[in-house]
Amino acid sequence: MSRYLITRALVSMLTFWVIISLVFFMVRAAPGGPFDGERRLPPEVEANLLAAYNLDQPLARQYLDYLAMLAAGDLGPSFKQKDFSVNELISAGLPVSLGVGLAALAIALTFGIGIGLFAGLSPGTRTDQLLMGAANLGLALPSIVLAPLAVLLFAVWLGWLPAGGVGSPAHFVLPPIALALPFVAAIARLTRGSVAETLLEPHIMTAHAKGLPQRRIVIRHLLPTALLPVLSFLGPAAAALLTGSVVIEQVFELPGIGRYFVQAALNRDYTLVMGVVVVYAAFILLFNLLVDLCYARLDPRIRIDG
Amino acid sequence: MLSALQASLFGSTLARFCSVWIMLVLAGALFGTALSGWDPEAIDWDALEAGPNAAHWFGTDLIGRDLFARIMLGARVSLMAALIATSVSILIGIPFGAFAGLRGGRTDQIMMRMVDVLYAVPFILVVILLMVVFGRDPLLFFLALGAVYWLDIARIVRGQTLAIREQAYIQVARTMGAGRGHILFRHVVPNVAGPALVYATLTIPAVILAESFISFLGLGIQEPQTSWGVLIADGTRTMESAPWTLFFPALFLGLTVWSFNMLGDRLRDQYDRETRGYTRSIETMRAASE
Repeated sequence: MSRYLITRALVSMLTFWVIISLVFFMVRAAPGGPFDGERRLPPEVEANLLAAYNLDQPLARQYLDYLAMLAAGDLGPSFKQKDFSVNELISAGLPVSLGVGLAALAIALTFGIGIGLFAGLSPGTRTDQLLMGAANLGLALPSIVLAPLAVLLFAVWLGWLPAGGVGSPAHFVLPPIALALPFVAAIARLTRGSVAETLLEPHIMTAHAKGLPQRRIVIRHLLPTALLPVLSFLGPAAAALLTGSVVIEQVFELPGIGRYFVQAALNRDYTLVMGVVVVYAAFILLFNLLVDLCYARLDPRIRIDG
Repeated sequence: MLSALQASLFGSTLARFCSVWIMLVLAGALFGTALSGWDPEAIDWDALEAGPNAAHWFGTDLIGRDLFARIMLGARVSLMAALIATSVSILIGIPFGAFAGLRGGRTDQIMMRMVDVLYAVPFILVVILLMVVFGRDPLLFFLALGAVYWLDIARIVRGQTLAIREQAYIQVARTMGAGRGHILFRHVVPNVAGPALVYATLTIPAVILAESFISFLGLGIQEPQTSWGVLIADGTRTMESAPWTLFFPALFLGLTVWSFNMLGDRLRDQYDRETRGYTRSIETMRAASE
């Protein structure tokens, strides 16, 4: 098991490096410099600017400097917001993004597994069909459709909740729910399928034959096996949750890093865009690693082999 | 195969509904802008933000442009994105997967590990970055989307190739001294293309969604061109006074993605059922001959 985890960790680090390099060289390959404005800058000013942002060095040198800077946890200065470093901007937005993301994850897991378990324990019944029909519908609603409709319904028409911004706990009700809904549907479908399948496994029948109470069978014998597919879905889902959160922050006007990313992309603020991608990638990889860790604990094949 | 295709596309009421909807969207993309009688960019000064009526079937937007015509224009963009990006994903995914599967061994291991690594990259952000850096050219945008969605296809093709690489006709070709490229493109690719195309039907809705998503954020398709994502973003801004500007594009995007998903799922299930039968028959034949 430790060997398995070490390999996974090494692969994650390799992936991180690939992403950083990809992003770095893509940005440096951009036609035109970051300071090409409407007016041509005097050559001395431009030289000073380039030196200040470490752009006057050879490319390989810049690359190594950037890696060294990242290793020290510094994402550099923002190209466009002159008084701020990328670190300051990101640490301002991160708590909002993380809060919404984690809340959405919790909602998706609780309701997804709950609904899936409920439907899967009695496959083929009317409740099962009803719940899965609803889940299929939920999957068809992308965040860019769902989020504005939720604002229209609950904020504009019903007036129950604020439409956007921050300031009170009520502002944080709709965003996580809107972000979580497609994932609730996906997890419910996965759980339902795998619960229904696991019910037929010999070890569940054995547990029934021993006369164990239903609750104990479900918790001790059924769920650890049935939740493995859900767990492996969470890895790729992390990336999807994140892209969803960019939309959610945009629609609900939340000052998270997703909004910084879009604004930075629109103003061509290269360092800020790079910084956000690096932070996002780090989170996705960390999350994937965590998923692998749980997988290793749950799946007996890995627990014993590795 | 044809009857299986028919069964997947028209076998149930639901499937028929999805197929008809997609055909309508396709027809709309081709002829829809002419159908409504309004140019998508023409401004009707007498009907600013007008609700759906006889002249403007889906109403007009904030500056009096016909929403039906604009949604049809958006359909054109969505289907174009789907066509180009899916083709690119197939063109990358099939050779990559077939090569890895055919070579096997270490090369295969390394190539597939690469695919695993790429799965964890937040690609939507990379596409956005590409748009930021190289400018928002629609063609580049669609190509970039395709370059992101080839991973699944590569995996499937590699699996299929592993399944057929020891078959007689490949071994015969090898014994006859056929070159690696010849075997790859004349014998392996034609035989693994079927399943790859079946799975590619699920790439279509993913690409349509990604395109609208990036355009929604204002980072993809730009005025005067439009896309469902752009229309939904505009609709979000005017939904309080003119909810139809949000409803109609959202309806088109949702229904289209859902229809493609349903049909893709059905097609894949049908194919899985048939090929499982096929592989099983090969296995029984082999067992009988041994």
